[in-house]
Amino acid sequence: MTINRTSGRKGGFGHWVRQVADHDVFYSFTRSPVTMLAAFTTFVIVFASIFAPWLTPHDPFNPASLDLMEAFTPPVWLEDGTWKYPLGTDDQGRDILSTIMFGNRISLIVGFFAVLLSMLIGITLGTVSGYVGGWFDVVTMRLADAQLTVPPILIALLVDGVARTTLPRELQEEMAIYVLIFSIGIAAWPQYARVTRSGAMVERNKEYIAAARIIGIHPVRIMLGHIVPNVMGPTLVMATIGVALAIIIEATLSFLGVGVPPTTPSLGTLIRIGNDFLFSGEWWITIFPAVALVVLVLSVNLIGDWLRDTFNPKLR
Amino acid sequence: MVLYVLKRVLQAAGVMLFVAFISFVLFNYVGDPVNNMVGQEATIEDREALRERLGLNDPVVVQFSRFVAHALEGHFGISYRLQRPVKDLIAERLPATLELVFSSAILALALGIPLGIYTGLHRDTWLSRLILSSSLAGVSLPTFVIGILLIYVFSVSLNLLPSYGRGEVVQITGSWSTGFLTVSGWKAIILPSITLCLYQLTLILRIVRAEMMEVLLTDYIKFARARGLTDRAINFGHALKNTLVPVITVTGLQIGSLIAFSIITETVFQWPGMGFLFIQAVHFADVPIMAAYMVLVALFFVIINLIVDLLYFVVDPRLRIERTVTIG
Repeated sequence: MTINRTSGRKGGFGHWVRQVADHDVFYSFTRSPVTMLAAFTTFVIVFASIFAPWLTPHDPFNPASLDLMEAFTPPVWLEDGTWKYPLGTDDQGRDILSTIMFGNRISLIVGFFAVLLSMLIGITLGTVSGYVGGWFDVVTMRLADAQLTVPPILIALLVDGVARTTLPRELQEEMAIYVLIFSIGIAAWPQYARVTRSGAMVERNKEYIAAARIIGIHPVRIMLGHIVPNVMGPTLVMATIGVALAIIIEATLSFLGVGVPPTTPSLGTLIRIGNDFLFSGEWWITIFPAVALVVLVLSVNLIGDWLRDTFNPKLR
Repeated sequence: MVLYVLKRVLQAAGVMLFVAFISFVLFNYVGDPVNNMVGQEATIEDREALRERLGLNDPVVVQFSRFVAHALEGHFGISYRLQRPVKDLIAERLPATLELVFSSAILALALGIPLGIYTGLHRDTWLSRLILSSSLAGVSLPTFVIGILLIYVFSVSLNLLPSYGRGEVVQITGSWSTGFLTVSGWKAIILPSITLCLYQLTLILRIVRAEMMEVLLTDYIKFARARGLTDRAINFGHALKNTLVPVITVTGLQIGSLIAFSIITETVFQWPGMGFLFIQAVHFADVPIMAAYMVLVALFFVIINLIVDLLYFVVDPRLRIERTVTIG
């Protein structure tokens, strides 16, 4: 029995490929050129930021490699531009392309972990609220309602501001990324909590939960093992758009100067640094990071929109 | 009715107390207030005396109620950095923020409603598609990037409009100053208000469009057409009027987010408003200003939500009946 090992056997790679290719989600993906482009862009950005230390043409954070004589070099297609710095350099002679690649990295890290934190808080509170109900449910949902009336960016700003002032000054720079993740994560939990809660309330009344309860499974195990996996789906779709929003918030806070410090700049910090040179004509220092930010956010948003339309057309 | 209003007001008061508590904790326990007030050479006895005089040795409940009482009178202490009462600082900055928010709201309505009507009526023209897809881009662009791009185009390249400040202001009464009376004031407010309004503009456009499309499918519009009314009478006299209720609610609620987003716009354009003051306070850990700003913004949000809630009650009589049934 040695017929076509790769594609015949269940679970083999060929089988897997065919299963993916036959799936209607994949079909809908191939029918949407915009989404394909967005996915490709996101992939390139994520790839470039994971391998930034090896891919960047220069190391922008090593003072030894910086040359102040080469500060304010314009992009290559302008007069005085060189191929050494395709997108030009900033005031300290750092290569813009390299700083953007590292900046993307910070933005993606903050965006990803902030959403993870929101999901963790939201799904936990939502599941317990929906499954257990009672006063816990009332308090949590009141809190979520109250928070939803305020834009997340304002919550993040306030939490960030408070957290920064509570930290001692010498720790502020080191802790900046964690403070950011924390404040953005806190700002976005109510959406996840609401969706999970309504899901959990539906699941609670189904027979398999009743069965699990009858055979005496601990409520925590029921929630973790049965409810959460069944209500996670919609939150994953929301999370994609959530990452885009988190990246915007992170960039905004960093732009306002209360986010990531200039020593390990994110895209927002880079735009902030460059903003000072806009008037003296060195537009590339701020415009290129801004373009990078918009491309990143737009791509992630487009993927999120497509996911939402494919998996949950009702939400459209 | 009275019960409903009372319940809402109590809820609002609860939220305010919660925010006040957070800012009280911030105010009293972040850093040492005494350290921030005395000089380097103060002795321990001096510090203790000041501590006693400031009431920092009282029980927390007493301190908190004193904080609330002071807050109700508008006293939030003295700014660490600027060495002036926070009350005065905020009163100085308030007009700038309110003018900016006001003109953005007007701009968003004045552009959003007509564009929404147009895209709702003529769904498949290329112009509608253009408007809609550029509105999508408007959502994806962070506020500060829009501001920077506008500055780059209109201030740096074309040199048409100022990129920072309020221009010349005229003092009306006391601390209230306005930029609406001078040419430079008008010029200065153009770019910030465009920046601030774009997001709200998109939102209003989309709501008006969706509502128009929905209303145009209803029977009474068909009947109006059957009666032979002109398109104009149908579109504006019948359809538009019915779309306005949700638009008003959303705009009302959005005034809160305009205040929130004004922090960003004010920083980009160095607009001397409250948001800019707050961001500077965060930079310098100027706790009294931060605490006051938090309470003030929370107050704005609570009042706006309260008004909208009560407006629902006025607009939608069904709410009233339901309440009386459940109560009685």
